Amino acid sequence: MKHICYFLIAIFMANLSIAQTKEVCKTCPISSLKDGIKRAKDFDTIIIKKGTYKEHDIVVDKPLTIIGKDYPIIDGELKGEIITIIADNVTVDGLFIINVGTSYTEDYAAIRVRKSKNFIIQNLVLEKLFFGIYIEKSRDGKVFHNKIIGDAVEEYNSGNGIQLWYSKNVEIEHNFVQHVRDGIYLEFSDDCLIKNNVSTLNVRYGLHFMFSNDDTYQDNTFEKNGAGVAVMFSKRIKMYNNIFKKNWGTASYGMLLKEINDAEITGNTFEDNTIGINIEGSNRINYKHNTFTNNGWAIKVKGACYTNKFTENNFLYNSFDIAYNSNVNDNEFDKNYWSNYTGYDLDKNGIGDIPYRPVKLFSYIVNRTPETIILLRSMFIDIIDFSEKVSPVFTPDDLLDNNPKIKKLTW
Amino acid sequence: MLKILKYSFYDLMRSRWSYVYLAFYLLLGIVLLFLNNDLSKAVITLMNVIIILVPLIGTIFGVMYYYNSKEFTELLLAQPLKRSSIFLGQYLGVALSLSMSLILGLGIPFIFYGLFKSNAIWDFSLLLITGTFLTLIFTALAFNIALSNENKIKGFGYAILLWLLLAVVYDGLFLMTLIMFEDYPLDKLSLVGTMLNPIDLSRTLILLKLDISALLGYTGAVFKQFFGTNFGIIISFITLTAWVLLPVLRIIYKSKKKDF
Repeated sequence: MKHICYFLIAIFMANLSIAQTKEVCKTCPISSLKDGIKRAKDFDTIIIKKGTYKEHDIVVDKPLTIIGKDYPIIDGELKGEIITIIADNVTVDGLFIINVGTSYTEDYAAIRVRKSKNFIIQNLVLEKLFFGIYIEKSRDGKVFHNKIIGDAVEEYNSGNGIQLWYSKNVEIEHNFVQHVRDGIYLEFSDDCLIKNNVSTLNVRYGLHFMFSNDDTYQDNTFEKNGAGVAVMFSKRIKMYNNIFKKNWGTASYGMLLKEINDAEITGNTFEDNTIGINIEGSNRINYKHNTFTNNGWAIKVKGACYTNKFTENNFLYNSFDIAYNSNVNDNEFDKNYWSNYTGYDLDKNGIGDIPYRPVKLFSYIVNRTPETIILLRSMFIDIIDFSEKVSPVFTPDDLLDNNPKIKKLTW
Repeated sequence: MLKILKYSFYDLMRSRWSYVYLAFYLLLGIVLLFLNNDLSKAVITLMNVIIILVPLIGTIFGVMYYYNSKEFTELLLAQPLKRSSIFLGQYLGVALSLSMSLILGLGIPFIFYGLFKSNAIWDFSLLLITGTFLTLIFTALAFNIALSNENKIKGFGYAILLWLLLAVVYDGLFLMTLIMFEDYPLDKLSLVGTMLNPIDLSRTLILLKLDISALLGYTGAVFKQFFGTNFGIIISFITLTAWVLLPVLRIIYKSKKKDF
């Protein structure tokens, strides 16, 4: 009997503590999100009805699920940060957050996740923001299907769309980021997955990696960003099937690799960029099945890049395929298709009989004296390029593709 | 002068070479548009051709025409006509007929292809304008060479040499200078170097109009700042006009003093 009694009490307690739903609306007893959070218990769900809520500095300090119905507007009135999550297991879904305050001393964000685990941030729309979603020292979370539209003009007074700082194992998927400083920025963040995002028209980078290892990014589109995508000081990054497009300007590139080691770059498309990939001090990278179309430079190699392998890529109609600034080469080019290849294939095995030299003399000269670029497309340049092709003197003479493909590769 | 211009012009219009020249450009335009369906790409390829071929044909044709019509010129000289109008008429006859072949030959295929609906029209007009300028310049230079040399072989030799000098050798020397002085700021030098050679100037003008100009990086930015402004455009057209006027003035001067 005593046992049953305990059992009943236990069930009763459980019923009490079971998640409840609280509604927030303008005419309800709870009319603000702050109040809702204060009254909610752990694991409750707060549903916010349609309306405009002028609130900022909302601190979510217990595990809650906050769901917006028909996109209620949370207006920060440019006063500072809007939502700060400091508890584990928080879900935020379906809010329209606008007017984040701008500060030159603090990084105000529309949503900040601080030292928490298992968070889910999804279906948000952020506008007029400084920083968008800022995740610091958190892990095992998901940032899914958000739309971030900023109005950044200058680098110094704008923030990033999605920023990760010292975070681990976060999935960033299906987000749409536009007009901020860096679309997605990762610093000291490992084991993250960045997938199916679209990051365009940002002031600086579409995606920016710093000191972040073992991350994967795939199927993303980066278009018309100020400087393209920068991946720096990171190890074992995997980049699959991304599209880098129209990063066209005097200091733009599709992707900048700086001090990147042991990465995999597969199946990406680089189209209409001033520089497709700009590589500096990056080693042991495999480039496979990428397509470089209509870029100024498909690949620009600057110093200290060793044991990189370029296999089975398409190089189509780039002004320069490869530029090198030294005549030492330790990188391998094999089985690529080069649209500038003029060789022949007598034995019809699909592989050109004479090797292709991807580095033109002119690209070497331009690297040395950048002003000479104004002679681009002059007849003299064509003549010296031809003579260099016949007998290389200045360009690395072992920089060859010994098996250039005759037909464009398809996978 | 106008009468002589008219006679030279009609004479050239009837000649086989004008038709060959016209047909060549027609064919080039059609083939280019057929091979790549992109108008602005076709403009780039055309630029490469125009920069090299127009000066070459202008020089050779000018020298050839002068030597061929020498007897007719001598006949005209016996008439009470001003010397300058005889030679200027002949020069303009050649230059205009060549320019017309160029404009018609390239214009017709592009118009049929839908140039007016495309936004490449300004690039294309710039291409034709610089092409015409190059024709005027190099025909004038050719007449100068022919006037100064009685010997046909020598005349042709100098004409080809002149073309080589401006189209190829100049760029080589320019490149060497740039490399030699790479430790110094080269923006001004490269600007001046480009301005001095009509072929380089035309090439740069067209390149900067196309979106390939982003490739030019920092140097391109300097150039764009210069050529992008009205001041730059005016300066470059003044330079091109000077390149036409100076040889023409020399034709007048030379023709007055020359014994026939």
